[in-house]
Amino acid sequence: MPPLDQGTPLFVQIAEQVADDIVDGVLAEGARAPSTNELAAFYRINPATAAKGINMLVDDGVLEKRRGIGMFVADGAQEQLRARRRKEFAEQYLDPMLAEAGRLGIDTDTLVTLIRGSGWHNGGSTP
Amino acid sequence: MTPTIAATALGRRYRDQIALDNVSLTVEPGTITGLLGRNGAGKTTLLRIITGLEFPTTGEVTVLGAAPAENDAVLRRMAFVREEQAYPDFRVGHAIRVASWFYPNWSAELAEQLLADFELPLGRRMRRLSRGMRSAVGIVIGLAARAELTLFDEPYAGLDSVARQLFYDRLLADFAEHPRAIVLSTHLIDEVADLLEHVVMLDHGRVALDAPADEIRGTGMTVSGPAIAVEEFVAGRPVWHRQRIASRASAVVPGPFDATAQARARALHLSLEPLSLQQLLVHASGIAEEKMSA
Repeated sequence: MPPLDQGTPLFVQIAEQVADDIVDGVLAEGARAPSTNELAAFYRINPATAAKGINMLVDDGVLEKRRGIGMFVADGAQEQLRARRRKEFAEQYLDPMLAEAGRLGIDTDTLVTLIRGSGWHNGGSTP
Repeated sequence: MTPTIAATALGRRYRDQIALDNVSLTVEPGTITGLLGRNGAGKTTLLRIITGLEFPTTGEVTVLGAAPAENDAVLRRMAFVREEQAYPDFRVGHAIRVASWFYPNWSAELAEQLLADFELPLGRRMRRLSRGMRSAVGIVIGLAARAELTLFDEPYAGLDSVARQLFYDRLLADFAEHPRAIVLSTHLIDEVADLLEHVVMLDHGRVALDAPADEIRGTGMTVSGPAIAVEEFVAGRPVWHRQRIASRASAVVPGPFDATAQARARALHLSLEPLSLQQLLVHASGIAEEKMSA
């Protein structure tokens, strides 16, 4: 079971875990998403908390409710999540990195060299 | 909808000792509520009043819409599982059978499954069970009763962590299928924190905290970083706890912080972390004071 951390509200973490699976393609568009009771049992959390996380994704249009059957991954959900995460990328990953780089006196050129040397290539394929 | 429990301004005094002081709370149907507090905070007194075993000195309580004391119609709709519950010297199977006659929603199927899960010997006399096994019998009865209100008061004397986990898993699974009001009184807060939808924290007989579990995060925050920056940030706030090591410090203060305060903390290179439920209990008195002055 992936660890749930203290800092973020549980229901947000549940929504993020499900969203991760959609971004990674583990949960394909049109596939049935885990039910709140399944999530509650798996993460050992209150079903109301799991429902709140799922409803967040429904409100965002990532999941859709089909009456009597359950929750399903909406068409276009993967691209929608990826687009949103791209927008958040700078704030979540770049800003803290640049702050730490500034603290350590690493200039932009050195940073770029580091990124190139890490094996990360344009186009997003990871080492 | 009628609340499952509605308590108004409950007070309970034993001679010169105040066990409960102006306690008001509601428990809604279909929720799991954690009743948290240190030993002597008033948890058991409150539960005894809710189950009609004791009368309040002041205030009143209704359970499922009626006064619980000596009210058989209400008492049959609630199950109370107590720490170190005393049983007549029945065999385990007999104790289970007696319980099945009492509770209208009893699930024989669930009882059977739980008895197997906890590996309880049906033919053994209650007196000859280990403490943990006796606790497990209480848990089996409490869950299989499927009562509209189930109160667990520290139900796990002698149960090891594996058995407690089993209890939590079965509780969640059955609650998901058959939602009902459950009140879980415990000092093992970190173990149950994620199971709770609502939290009531008692401190010295008073309600320190009464809120949905989702909204509690941030009630108390730890601010840490360079000592000077920490002091600058916490100036003018009540400080529940302070720690210092060399030039670094941390302080526990009431939260949550608005966007301005968060931005200020970032600018001061401070890290902010919400207290866990367990840590909040340590500062229950501070929280209660905060609530009084608010």
